[in-house]
Amino acid sequence: MPPGDVGSLRDCLGDTADRSTRHLHGIDASVALSDLARGTSLGGRLPELRDRSVLIATGDQLTTALALIELDGVARRLILCPPDVAPEHLPSVIADAGVDALVSATVDQSRVTGVALAVTCGPVLAPRTQDRGAPRQTEWVMFTSGTTGAPKMVQHSLAGLTAAIKRNASQDGPVVWGTFYDIRRYGGLQIFFRALLDGGSLILSSPKEPIGNHLVRLGAHGATHVSGTPSHWRRALMSPSVQAMSPRYVRLSGEIADQAILDHLRACYPRARVGHAYASTEAGVGFEVDDGLAGFPAGMIGRLPSGVEMKVEDGTLRIRSNRTAVRYVGDGAALADDDGFVDTGDIVERRGDRYFFVGRSNGVINVGGLKVHPEEVEAVINGHPDVRMSLVRPRKSPITGSLVVADVVLRGEAADARLAQLQGEILRRCREALTQHKVPTAIRFVPALAVAATGKLARHHA
Amino acid sequence: MSTKLTILAELRKVADEQAKSLAPLSDDLVLLDSGLDSLCFAVLVARLEDRLGVDPFTASDDVAFPVTLGDFVKVYEHAAR
Repeated sequence: MPPGDVGSLRDCLGDTADRSTRHLHGIDASVALSDLARGTSLGGRLPELRDRSVLIATGDQLTTALALIELDGVARRLILCPPDVAPEHLPSVIADAGVDALVSATVDQSRVTGVALAVTCGPVLAPRTQDRGAPRQTEWVMFTSGTTGAPKMVQHSLAGLTAAIKRNASQDGPVVWGTFYDIRRYGGLQIFFRALLDGGSLILSSPKEPIGNHLVRLGAHGATHVSGTPSHWRRALMSPSVQAMSPRYVRLSGEIADQAILDHLRACYPRARVGHAYASTEAGVGFEVDDGLAGFPAGMIGRLPSGVEMKVEDGTLRIRSNRTAVRYVGDGAALADDDGFVDTGDIVERRGDRYFFVGRSNGVINVGGLKVHPEEVEAVINGHPDVRMSLVRPRKSPITGSLVVADVVLRGEAADARLAQLQGEILRRCREALTQHKVPTAIRFVPALAVAATGKLARHHA
Repeated sequence: MSTKLTILAELRKVADEQAKSLAPLSDDLVLLDSGLDSLCFAVLVARLEDRLGVDPFTASDDVAFPVTLGDFVKVYEHAAR
């Protein structure tokens, strides 16, 4: 095994202290990790999955978590299917990732995907009778966020995925992680690993659970470490149940953490350490910032004690480390440049002795965690016969991080009364063709889209 | 129009545009129970910034996040002062 390798996930469980007090809490069921050490969620079919390329598409996160723990070190490849992957994209996923087995909640799913071997996974454990066999290296395949059309997959190793996690048991008692993320996305998967490697428990989220109930459940299970995006946290802060939990550590990642949200969280949870982390599915975990300030110290550019190297080139942050993904699955695109640096696509700007994140180099707008490609919205607007061209850009929002607004150039002059009408027509068009978060919240008519007017962040010259 | 009436008018407009059915509006209505989602609130705060010239959530870092409609209105009334 290469140095720094963590073996398999089950070994990590074995390394840590008392398992009987450790649980995975789903919304409907909880599983004690000690029971999983002796039992199986796969109905005795683990040996069939040995050396297979297994698509994990179980619907809920608890069964995904159980399957991952059991199958790491057994399967050749694990593909974590997020819940929002459209069925029509599954055939290309299956082909690109060489899927030859499926783990799902119901057998019926195998008919949909056409994969010959289908195994069901559930939260009720059966005693495990077969040996797991000699552990092997398992490839972890995740979906990147922010793509349109067919999903893009990247391959990671368990060693890379867990390299950022310091495994020193907490000095302040047991760790109970909670996350607003889905563990099938990079941000959530990090928390899943943290819970397992910290010797702690994990409280999983569910899309069917209102935020208030989720906060109460986090409190009831004694969450000590809670993670989410700034948008997740803003929602939590608007809930009357925000004080139902009292975490020791509050972690933000996945979106730009501005000073306001950091300050709000510190005021809400005065006992807690509030930190933000930078990570991406491709570049892995970059760094964590614990000084309570937005952005990151300029001194972090270069080589960090963690071994992560960062540089800024053409305005975007580039990262090289042992935490980055191994490769893209299914297409030949290079993940890193010749020197091994991954371009994160995140534009940073230096102000004084700190760098701040200011947007994406491809112009993608993040509305409360949902991605908007400006070109898609512009195409809809430009379809109006009176529109010559348009520029869709972000507007800052203290609630969702960003909102979508559009600058529109008309083909000819229009009187004020007609402008109001046109605004309505364009918006109606957008509402018909686009999901809610992509519809511009304001349409501004401009005489031209001069370079100066598009500002520094405009993707056309970013 | 008073700050409160402006807020209520814009709030109804956003709900209408986003096809959300609003709960009866009262000061102690919990915002998350109002029928509006995060996106609606983001749009509302942006519209109010255009109408009232202030975004109290961005302008001041020490403003507490509002839980009820009454809190929300107070934040704007306070900012306008």
